[in-house]
Amino acid sequence: MTRLDQLNDLKPIYDVVVVGAGPAGMAAATEASAHGLEVLLVDEAASPGGQIFRAITETPLHDRRVLGEDYWKGRAAAETLLASGVHYLPGATVWHLDPVLQFGLSVEGRAAAVTARRAVLATGALERPFPVKGWTLPGVMSAGAAQTLLKASGLVPQGRVVLAGTGPLLWLLASQYVAAGHPPAAILDTTATGNWRRAVGALPAFLRSPYVAKGLRLLLRVRRAVRVVSGVIELSIEAGDGSATEIAFRRGDRPMERMAADHVLLHQGVTPNVNLASAAGCALEWNETQACFRPRTDAWGRSSVAGIAITGDGSGIGGAEIAALRGQLAGIDAACELGRMAPEVRDGLAASVRARIAAYDRGRHFLDLLYRPADHFRLPHDEALACRCEEVTGRHLREVAALGVPGPNQMKSMLRCGMGPCQGRLCGLTVAEVIAAERGVSPAEVGYYRLRSPVKPVTLAEIASMPREERDEKAVLRV
Amino acid sequence: MVETYDVAVLGGGLVGTAIGLGLAGQGLRTAILDEGDVAHRASRGNFALVWVQSKGMGMPRYSSWTRESVRLWPDYAASLREESGIDVSLHQPGGFTLALSEGELERRAANMARLNAQPGFEHLDYEVWDRSQLRQVFPEIGPEVAGAIFCRLDGHVNSLRLFRAQHVVFARRGGAYLPNFQVQEISRLPGGGFRILSGERCIEAGQVVLAAGIGNARLAPMVGLDAPVRPLRGQALVTEKVAPFLSHPIVTLRQTDEGGVMMGDSQEEAGFDEATGLGILGAMADRAARMFPKLGQVNIVRTWSALRVMTKDGFPIYQHSEAAPGAFLTTCHSGVTLAAAHALAVAPMIAGEGLTDALDAFHPRRFHVPAAS
Amino acid sequence: MFQRLPDADDAARRTGIRFTLDGLPAQGFAGDTVAAALLALGRDTCRQTAISGSPRGPYCMMGVCFDCLVVIDGVGNRQGCLVRLREGMVVETQAGKREVGR
Repeated sequence: MTRLDQLNDLKPIYDVVVVGAGPAGMAAATEASAHGLEVLLVDEAASPGGQIFRAITETPLHDRRVLGEDYWKGRAAAETLLASGVHYLPGATVWHLDPVLQFGLSVEGRAAAVTARRAVLATGALERPFPVKGWTLPGVMSAGAAQTLLKASGLVPQGRVVLAGTGPLLWLLASQYVAAGHPPAAILDTTATGNWRRAVGALPAFLRSPYVAKGLRLLLRVRRAVRVVSGVIELSIEAGDGSATEIAFRRGDRPMERMAADHVLLHQGVTPNVNLASAAGCALEWNETQACFRPRTDAWGRSSVAGIAITGDGSGIGGAEIAALRGQLAGIDAACELGRMAPEVRDGLAASVRARIAAYDRGRHFLDLLYRPADHFRLPHDEALACRCEEVTGRHLREVAALGVPGPNQMKSMLRCGMGPCQGRLCGLTVAEVIAAERGVSPAEVGYYRLRSPVKPVTLAEIASMPREERDEKAVLRV
Repeated sequence: MVETYDVAVLGGGLVGTAIGLGLAGQGLRTAILDEGDVAHRASRGNFALVWVQSKGMGMPRYSSWTRESVRLWPDYAASLREESGIDVSLHQPGGFTLALSEGELERRAANMARLNAQPGFEHLDYEVWDRSQLRQVFPEIGPEVAGAIFCRLDGHVNSLRLFRAQHVVFARRGGAYLPNFQVQEISRLPGGGFRILSGERCIEAGQVVLAAGIGNARLAPMVGLDAPVRPLRGQALVTEKVAPFLSHPIVTLRQTDEGGVMMGDSQEEAGFDEATGLGILGAMADRAARMFPKLGQVNIVRTWSALRVMTKDGFPIYQHSEAAPGAFLTTCHSGVTLAAAHALAVAPMIAGEGLTDALDAFHPRRFHVPAAS
Repeated sequence: MFQRLPDADDAARRTGIRFTLDGLPAQGFAGDTVAAALLALGRDTCRQTAISGSPRGPYCMMGVCFDCLVVIDGVGNRQGCLVRLREGMVVETQAGKREVGR
């Protein structure tokens, strides 16, 4: 691997540019490079691993039991990357990609343009918005954020810590805190009770999948050490002195209960991070089971835009193992598309990868059904902020939806939701689902925000530094 | 049963809703038929200027019509606030056009002189400011800024709140907003009035007003009219919210009341393609950073493009159909500036005796008259 | 308040990285982002929003929520969770809207 320390080291064109150095991006880059392609791997973090293997090469935690063996598996992927011929640019923000495969990227406030023959987007997942009252208070963060603090800095929250929500990551974080000797005060489990009934049909396949043994072990370990409150159907976080001090919750028909909390860690699953793909023009589609939009891709991860493949969780949630395997497929396909192997060779290489994906897929459906977040937690409470950036509440959304707003883009024009720096990452699904609920249709019909570059804020000077032609100047100055 | 209205406005953008709320305010049972969430919507991409200074070269009446709207704007903003509770943040402190060289300033000053020298042009007060004058108002201008054109009539609003306020007022006045109504056919009813079809849906209305922007080109022939409009793409950028630093709007650069600084004034023939491109965004960013160097380190959070609705000469069309009485065509590319006139002047004409001579200059017969040599 | 696990508090890290937070001397550790260092110091609020002035702190720690914005070395609205702490850094609370030129 060649580590690039500055933009000046970049070549103007690469065979493959891979965005994101998580499991999928690392696999795609190393695979493509192994077939002789010149590969640039760009990542926002300072070291490879993505969110799941965050800080895998530099975590200060030495006791392997704290983060668990699944985390340390990331070491092998990172080492494969280190040994590869990939050009790796860390600490870089990719903020532009257009249909001619020109990227705009920035490091430390300076921007450059790079062109790819093929683009592989491995931008991973985001935690789903959790728009309950008080989720914007200091002291409240996502479970993934807390886990990042643990992996990268060995930090655990002090005082009364309450985890709330649903999904594997919530339980994983709890087990890591237990292993570190800091069990949380409680887990407020918001898994909808009806989900078990819906998921039971997928249980036999799950029991034959690689997920089952470790999943059960993890649940048992947490339940032995932590108070678990199940059947929670309402949550709100209260503040004293500007920060979270208390969490109120309700189970079934019971009255509201209260619990002191200095830290509330929220999680209700992850969804694909689609901003770069969508801004590049890749078509999205609604996935009803996972209740999210994802890019439309074929069996190789190719998007609707020629030359752009999307892989890993960014193309649909499958977890770290599936992400790495899908990344490998994208790498193989890039090598074939760029003439390094015949399609028959590619198909042969892919067959064993696909078989392994299928083994994990067997168990995935059960997890999707069991941990599908409840409607009443995906839709915001009237008092809760839906758009954190522009401070738009659930009530605002419903009032304006009542005017007949057909979709998120009209809503955005009317209320500014999605116009802030996060560019809808923390409100897009909420807004689409509120409109869908008010109109009584599927989010598939309502659609998603129209996204454009820059997908991350970038300075005016950086945009001004990008290459342009005389006709561009002429379109602007007309006197 | 077919829904029946006194008047149907086709188009739910700034032009359609301004006219729609005006008609509803005249006591007419009004429907606005609109497309869905994804459509060519100039109203979502405009620059929010309430602007006079550079307008009317080639048609003096456009300048005076614009000035009528600008004079109506304070009352209009007040009525929107009263009825919707929404402050559209109208500010009319006068506006500037900045020049980045002496040559550019001279050319811009010459254009203003030519504008005023047109026969029949109602005199427009403007001033040519030099750099030192300009620094009194904008202390942060860059070294290349040579001066500016200033016109006291110019101003701006928050056009997104305007868009919402017009929708809210329309609804409060009893108007019916019908989105996802892709008009396929407009037919004349034997006893007068129109039937409008969209798939299985159908409404009837005594009058129809075409206010569908670029969509008017397709709709106009259905009521015996011609709307020779084409899209002209414009791109824009906006920064993160920053503390107030621009007291006045500049034609290519303005700070919204919320804090974002918008920039953009590109024009391209790009068909119906609403893409943005780094080249033009870069050119606009470059000019903005040369006007105000400190903006260079501010973050851009969004960019967008939208399609202006342009006639051949760039001026509006207001027309009452002779072939299909009761059908009106309205089209312009200044839906913000002209919103007050549309709500307070055009709507009452449509509700009353029809378009008056005041709008005669905007009849499309002007496109068929050979230009004077 | 976040605390460091003893396992993470080894000799190499105990040397620490010195910076200033709102003008006062502060210390973090190698590998910390600015946001992590602030949380370890018990600073769960790092900014007031540009609209209502409400207090916010880091929410996602992965660069997407923009709630960990702080002023770093005189540059406003920087994402604390994406910037590595460096010796001598000057970190300040982001009080509402950023000012042009800062």
